[in-house]
Amino acid sequence: MEFVCNFPFFCIVLSMATGVISSVLKPKAAKALSVILVSLSCICSFLVLGYTIKTGSSFTYMMGHFPAPFGNEIRAGILEGVMASFFSVIMLLSLLGGEKYLKVDIEEPKQNLYFVLVDLLLSSLLALVYTNDLFTAYVFVEINTIAAGGLIMIRSNGHSMLASMKYMIMSLLGSGLLLIGISLQYDLTGHLLMENIQTAIAGLAKTGEYAVPLTVIIGLISVGIAIKSALFPFHAWLSDAYGFSTASSAAILSSLVSKAYIFLLIKIVYRVIGTEVFWNSKITNVFFVLGVAGMLFGSISAMKEHDMRKMIAFSSVAQIGYIYMGLGFGTELGVVAAVFHIMSHAATKSMLFVACRGLSEVSGDKKDFSDLKGAGFRNRIAGAAFSVGAFSMVGVPLFAGFISKLYLTSAALELMSVKMAVAVIVLAISTILNALYFVRAVISIYTPRNEHYRDASFRPGKTFCGGMVCFIGINFVLGLASYPLIIAIEQGLHMFW
Amino acid sequence: MKLRSDYEYSWWRRLVRFVDGETLEDAERRAEETRESHEKIQQKNDIEVEKQFEQEEKEDREDRKRRLEAEHEKEAMELLEKYKNWPKEHGVKIFGRLYAIMAVLLCIVIISTLLITVSYLPEFGHPENPNNNEVVEKYNKEGLYETGATNAVAGMILDYRAFDTLGESHVLFIAAVCVMILLRLEMTKEGKPTDKKRAEEENDRLYEPKNDKILQFSAKILVPVIVLFGIYVILNGHLSPGGGFSGGAIIGAGLILYVNAYGFEKAKRIMNRRNYAVISVVPLLFYAGAKGYSFFTGANHLDSGISVGTPGEILSAGLILPLNICVGIVVACTMYHFYTLFRKGGM
Repeated sequence: MEFVCNFPFFCIVLSMATGVISSVLKPKAAKALSVILVSLSCICSFLVLGYTIKTGSSFTYMMGHFPAPFGNEIRAGILEGVMASFFSVIMLLSLLGGEKYLKVDIEEPKQNLYFVLVDLLLSSLLALVYTNDLFTAYVFVEINTIAAGGLIMIRSNGHSMLASMKYMIMSLLGSGLLLIGISLQYDLTGHLLMENIQTAIAGLAKTGEYAVPLTVIIGLISVGIAIKSALFPFHAWLSDAYGFSTASSAAILSSLVSKAYIFLLIKIVYRVIGTEVFWNSKITNVFFVLGVAGMLFGSISAMKEHDMRKMIAFSSVAQIGYIYMGLGFGTELGVVAAVFHIMSHAATKSMLFVACRGLSEVSGDKKDFSDLKGAGFRNRIAGAAFSVGAFSMVGVPLFAGFISKLYLTSAALELMSVKMAVAVIVLAISTILNALYFVRAVISIYTPRNEHYRDASFRPGKTFCGGMVCFIGINFVLGLASYPLIIAIEQGLHMFW
Repeated sequence: MKLRSDYEYSWWRRLVRFVDGETLEDAERRAEETRESHEKIQQKNDIEVEKQFEQEEKEDREDRKRRLEAEHEKEAMELLEKYKNWPKEHGVKIFGRLYAIMAVLLCIVIISTLLITVSYLPEFGHPENPNNNEVVEKYNKEGLYETGATNAVAGMILDYRAFDTLGESHVLFIAAVCVMILLRLEMTKEGKPTDKKRAEEENDRLYEPKNDKILQFSAKILVPVIVLFGIYVILNGHLSPGGGFSGGAIIGAGLILYVNAYGFEKAKRIMNRRNYAVISVVPLLFYAGAKGYSFFTGANHLDSGISVGTPGEILSAGLILPLNICVGIVVACTMYHFYTLFRKGGM
């Protein structure tokens, strides 16, 4: 076995150990350690990705001395490599971009605990991406949930406390449904390893045995994950959680936490339940309807907001609707489009949250449209990043959002059913709605007003600038050079079989 | 005739003035006079028209109008008040009822779905069940020789599926961190609270019960027994039912009883913040390190050099005993720490 194959495991265990050590370090040391860890995980994930592309196959890694159905196992293919490296990069940039605001938003003695949460969150994200075992996935879902709740709560004002309470209630409901689903499927198949479950479920589907419990299991797992990733009717926790947490937290939550759950769902669809059984189960229709509804209602709620960050948060509801619509097509092209949209949305939304904090910094720390007027002139780099993000969200060519909308539409056009018409029409309407509120926001930040907020001595921080430039760069790369990535996603999905 | 305001300064006027021999002041005065006379005439006209109109209106309409208006206004205000208060008086009530009904309906639907599902599941404990497969068979038959643990559960959670348990102990740790973020009081170096609000919360501790003789006497007898029993459960984790999680919970309960009887001042001698940090971090790091080593050697098919020993002896089962001790310490610390944090502030 090549030495590279150890890297996924190294990253997971190292990030756990770093999290534990950070709890006794000074904030500065904890931050440095955390940044080093995330960068290391970037490098390792890219090496794993390169290795899997080179060999053209996936590999499994035995966690301990016992082979798979008896012991634990992780697995890495191209798609896992892509996701792990992408998540690490976004996490690094979100941390660097929002680093300055952590000092403002969090009490000084508790700052090191923030990095404990971030490190453990990274370990859980990587484990969710690499896992090949359904129960391991659940254990790390737990870590993910608690860490995310902590990231919201650590700002310690009334709003963020309430927001984290809402988040915990909804998210734990989702975890509970997921756990019930996993236990029921263990009762039917007797396995927790993904391949073995898939064989067992395929057998059950063929004989028609246990049809009712199987449907319920699929429903429970899907709904559980849908609640945790804020699909439309379950999004009540989202606006507060993203709107009142500190900038890095909002970026990490919106772009990594909810996306990791969706990736887990895709993995479960492909590797646990099996695409055929899943697509025949009609739950795809539910996903489609809820996704489409989310695209419309998320945008409408966003248009009503006067608070810029809440507007961005509600637009997340719409974007997650896009992803679920892609899954709801029930075709492979739909899933490819959904995976690409996971990435383009993650890159864009984290940039928007950090940029919005940069804009409100030069507007007296307020978030309303009226106060943010002219902020684009006062903090130019944040203004530029915000505009790029807004255009990407609307789907202007050159930017990442355009490509994902293109692929979603072409996936829809392949369908030849009622779904096609609905999908295309709603995509068009939703794009117009997106344009309405995002272009309004861009115009608003470039309207020269509020000169009393101008501070001649203001300079954006170096890490903020660096983070923003990288974010803009990633957006352009996703928008201009998406083809290799799409190929990689397709190959990765093929490896799931 | 309407003139532009800068008319007097235009080249043409200057030329005319030059020709007429006027100065600028003269021209301005003349312009002022014409404007004033215009305004006077206009005002006069306005006043006359208004007076006429008013006289006509006043006599026959005003009274009636005022009365009607007052009535209308009164009615409108009453209606408005009613509408405004409606949600306060009824809306919340109706929403609450609707919410309760919907919640109950939803719960009934979910409960009945799950019950129906359970009725379709394989019969409990039937030998032909799908979960009686090769995995369980191997755990039962070879578990003793492969892990060296006579307690099969310990062998499963700390050897076969050790990665899950590693994650699970970090779940405990991160939960403790979150409670710490929420409840820990920050002190200055002299042990005083950092701000006034915190100082007031600190004052709550004055009401803690002190020196309860009966409690102290029973604690004196019970605490050593409880802690000793906890240690026994942990150390025998690989031999008999028990292990780190249950033993740690027992020790934690013993510590909490001690604190209740003797107060925080005495407990601080062993469990202060610095000790807590060391006691909770070192076992977790040892755990991650030991298991990391074991995973690495296992995956690369190297010999780990950890012997299984003779099953049934106290020093056997490879890493299971030290890991049980680690988990036990972490669980005991976490329980005790939770208790101290909920007393507004921490150790």
